[in-house]
Amino acid sequence: MSNRYELNKNLAQMLKGGVIMDVVNAEQAIIAEQAGACAVMALERVPADIRKAGGVSRMSDPKLIKEIQSAVSIPVMAKVRIGHFVEAQILEALEVDYIDESEVLTPADDQLHIEKDQFQVPFVCGAKNLGEALRRIGEGASMIRTKGEPGTGDVIEAVKHMRAMQTEISRISALPKANIRHEAKLMGAPVDLLMYVHENGKLPVVNFAAGGVATPADAAMMMQLGCDGVFVGSGIFKSGNPQKRAEAIVQAVTHYNDPKKLAEISEDLGEAMVGINISSMPEEDKMANRGW
Amino acid sequence: MKVGVLGLQGAFVEHVTILERLNVKAIIVKTKEALEEVDALIIPGGESSVMGKFMKKEGLDQIIIEKVKQGMPIWGTCAGLILLAKDVHNNPSYLNLMDISVQRNAYGRQLGSFVIEEKFAEQKIPMVFIRGPIITKVSDHVEILSVVQNEIVAARQNNILATSFHPELTSDASVHEYFIKMCQSV
Repeated sequence: MSNRYELNKNLAQMLKGGVIMDVVNAEQAIIAEQAGACAVMALERVPADIRKAGGVSRMSDPKLIKEIQSAVSIPVMAKVRIGHFVEAQILEALEVDYIDESEVLTPADDQLHIEKDQFQVPFVCGAKNLGEALRRIGEGASMIRTKGEPGTGDVIEAVKHMRAMQTEISRISALPKANIRHEAKLMGAPVDLLMYVHENGKLPVVNFAAGGVATPADAAMMMQLGCDGVFVGSGIFKSGNPQKRAEAIVQAVTHYNDPKKLAEISEDLGEAMVGINISSMPEEDKMANRGW
Repeated sequence: MKVGVLGLQGAFVEHVTILERLNVKAIIVKTKEALEEVDALIIPGGESSVMGKFMKKEGLDQIIIEKVKQGMPIWGTCAGLILLAKDVHNNPSYLNLMDISVQRNAYGRQLGSFVIEEKFAEQKIPMVFIRGPIITKVSDHVEILSVVQNEIVAARQNNILATSFHPELTSDASVHEYFIKMCQSV
């Protein structure tokens, strides 16, 4: 592996135990930084508004990204459409710290994801299960997150995806070595990466939770399920008191194993985002189904 | 001896792993109670703004300052170095313990991150810089331990050690060994 890829995985290690917050402008980025975000994710609209607005959703205006970059000192990430390698080239030219090849935006390619190993800048990608995570890592992603179901404030899908990954990792670790090649074929995962999981009992990169986290309890639950940190999208700026809720979610990620502390943190946060119950959502509206 | 690693955010587990490899008892410190228990402290890499904010909010900062003034050995890597400094360019300082001025993100954004082999206290080791800071000024009380590309990236002032780079991200444990020796001699 090249130095650059190692350095990119290293940056993700520095984000661990932290919260990465979606922001749509410089003011929100400043609020996020002051509330304790370890990085911000720049996008045009938070997922809840993308759902409402419909239509095609794309990479942010570079001007907006530059404004956010000059407003904060923490890492700035930004989203590109699945497979849209030119949007990624543009974000690399802007020197964003991480690119999220994201199912939240409208996919630009119905078969291929971006060849991320062709870039110097790091990538994070969503995954629903181990096979998908390893395909993305094989393409060059240096960080993984669950897809969850963005813009819903319903944590069930993030839980499902994290559990799916953990269960598959335990199963793969327990198998005889001789079975790994066959498992890789079934999963559509690169053999060398599945072998890594077999030998180490974990993904070779940092794994965050994302998609539906709306409360400190949600964030702590994802941490207890074994993720390394949390992305919060609509959950913060669609709530009654963004600053206070953001701060509480950051503290919940630190003290995820301390229920007394979580009780204190969860107190009096105002309205959570309204949310959409996923069980009543038609399959074609689910963003998690995007990506191949 | 029990070494604490501040576990508010960032790459704290990596430090614990290396300490355990060196047969040093290590605990993750998130609360005042845990902080009171330790004989030495490492502040890991991560985001200094996050750790600084919550260190203060949880009341950990005053205990750290007091303990360090009484001689507790402390080591800050990257974000940890920023938290130790008395002066941070264009930003507020946090613990005000070390007579150094630092510049955050001195190498720019992630594309400026790099790895290099250089000397730390006369020994060549791999150094990983991730959006790292540099030390721009030191007082006479501070010993310079590493200079990379003409910038100071490691220094010591009595019981305080600071490195811009991340020894916890490599398999080389020399800086951890240096810190352990420092703990034993202070």
